[in-house]
Amino acid sequence: MTEVKDIEESYQKWYEDKYCNVTERDVKFVTISQQPIKKLYTPGDIKDLDYFKDLGFPGEYPYTRGVQSSMYRGRLWTMRQFAGFATATESNQRYRFLLDKGQTGLSVAFDMPTLMGYDSDHPFSDGEVGRCGVAIDSLADMEILFNEIPLDKVSTSMTINGPAPIIWAMYIAAAEKQGVSSELLNGTIQNDILKEYIAQKSWIFPPRPSMRLITDIFEFASKHVPQWNTVSVSGYHIREAGSSAVQELAFTLADGFAYVEAGLEAGLNIDDFAPRLSFFFNSHMDFFEEIAKYRAARRIWAKRMKEKYGAKNPKSWLLRFHTQTAGCSLTAEQPENNIIRTAFEALSAVLGGTQSLHTNSMDEVLALPTEKSVEIALRTQQIIAHETGVTNTIDPLAGSYFMESLTDKMEAEAEKYFEQIEKLGGVINAIDQGYFQKEIADAAFDYQRAIEKGDRIVVGVNEFINQGEELTIDILKIDPKVELRQKDKLARLKQSRDNAAVERSLQALNAAAKSTENTMPYILEAVRKYATLGEIVSELKSVFGVYKEKPMF
Amino acid sequence: MIKRIRVLMAKPGLDGHDRGIKVVARALRDAGMEIIYTGLHQTPQQIVAAAIQEDVDVVGLSILSGAHMTLFPKIRKLLDDNDGANILLIGGGTIDKEDAKELLQNNFADALFASGTPTDHIIEWINEKVV
Repeated sequence: MTEVKDIEESYQKWYEDKYCNVTERDVKFVTISQQPIKKLYTPGDIKDLDYFKDLGFPGEYPYTRGVQSSMYRGRLWTMRQFAGFATATESNQRYRFLLDKGQTGLSVAFDMPTLMGYDSDHPFSDGEVGRCGVAIDSLADMEILFNEIPLDKVSTSMTINGPAPIIWAMYIAAAEKQGVSSELLNGTIQNDILKEYIAQKSWIFPPRPSMRLITDIFEFASKHVPQWNTVSVSGYHIREAGSSAVQELAFTLADGFAYVEAGLEAGLNIDDFAPRLSFFFNSHMDFFEEIAKYRAARRIWAKRMKEKYGAKNPKSWLLRFHTQTAGCSLTAEQPENNIIRTAFEALSAVLGGTQSLHTNSMDEVLALPTEKSVEIALRTQQIIAHETGVTNTIDPLAGSYFMESLTDKMEAEAEKYFEQIEKLGGVINAIDQGYFQKEIADAAFDYQRAIEKGDRIVVGVNEFINQGEELTIDILKIDPKVELRQKDKLARLKQSRDNAAVERSLQALNAAAKSTENTMPYILEAVRKYATLGEIVSELKSVFGVYKEKPMF
Repeated sequence: MIKRIRVLMAKPGLDGHDRGIKVVARALRDAGMEIIYTGLHQTPQQIVAAAIQEDVDVVGLSILSGAHMTLFPKIRKLLDDNDGANILLIGGGTIDKEDAKELLQNNFADALFASGTPTDHIIEWINEKVV
């Protein structure tokens, strides 16, 4: 039996005999996040690896190898394409198109006014209605959005944060109209406000009242919507804003810990809400680094939940996650190449054990995707699932000297960030100090510099350029009439509903917001009376105030 | 002493994607320009008021929400109506080539830099046009 010590000695000999005179290519051997990578990994790099402590079996603590025992041999990941544009009517058609093509879950993209809590007729919504997602002003729109889609049969993910309680209430109320009770609903609201302050910047209220709304949702869900994922703790946007892989990992998990602590402070039992927390990661171009990131994430989360927060239910230890391929890795140049980039990114998410996946369409750097390009993106997932054979065995890269060593490294680097955040007084204080924002802006700038200096090659951008390239793909255009139609619909709603009942429901909500009562039942009641998103948000703003970021670059 | 070029970098509308604008702002600053960054969620009126008050040579808009066909013409008109006709209006974001062509042909923008543009190109363009 060969000893690790012998291998290490032989390695030295191999290096002297066979390698030290080799001329390496003149490039930096680092990951996309500037992490240096060694020329070769050997058993010496994982000599401290303890199988049970560090890896375990799939579906067993610390879940490094996957959250389910059978992983993709039992059930494939959910193929979930993020979609939404124009009005509820057009988006409803796109969802039915995707379900018809074999998609297995829905994912709703809202337009900017909806994300920011403005109605379509607000001056701030000018030119933005239905542009980068679907416009939802009231329950009436939500009813159309899911017309003929049975809400007890599909799972729906909704990317909504600031106004999450209101949009969620509209979904619950739309299900009621279909005769589906809230206990049967399955899905996710993103509801991750911390990463909004950190990266995506779609916020409404200041951090502290926002955290209260989130714990209100935790409590309401545990009683009435038990299968719902109440927060999708998101690294995706942190990465898109320019962070490195380690920063994405560390900041996202730190946000997750902050939600757990907020729930505990609100007096909730950890095992009542922690099983409903899920995660959302980016999948960027550096293949192995991404896989290591997912594996490290599962291990860190499980350890903290069990050992630090004392969760007893194994479901609280599981880090379940959705992945989206990196929008920021796509190029406007030679856009067809984005299909290939997306395929590699999707493959690393699958090898990393994702529970659901969105693959970007090649044209998303230019506009909303066309039906054709969305279909190719979905087909990419189906090819990985059914043709490549990577789903035959669970966590196929485990035990790789390189993969295990990189997974350990990601964990250790993330721990350093947790310490730093702790020193700054926790996530919210670190946000107040602009800590994350600065870290991310620095990383984004370094990345851009590396491309401009030619240290990092991006095909078609700084190398292998097609001079005088003309755009050859079709683009989805949103008709400006969409905005007029939506405003018109809203005006008619405001005339036809019972305005006195709306007013009463808003007053009741205002009183609840001022007290410590759970706001969710009051929001739900206002929504049922067809109070608009903008009206409910204004009412809450009058109690909670609005968030303002100090501009810096 | 040569007057430094002054640039107002602005995020109109509701989208919060500020990676690009921050990278460009730093690159322009490193190239010796004076940069004023408005922060997020600015109305056209706020942007134009800041541009006039700060006496800038260039306004740079970053728009990734798809609202560019509304916001560029509006800001151009407000600049023209408020003694800012000589201020150059440039921008970037998710603006497809057809829309970019239309904005440029109608003088609603003086230059548009697509995603992936090296920051040097933007610096060169500004240095050349600001006299």
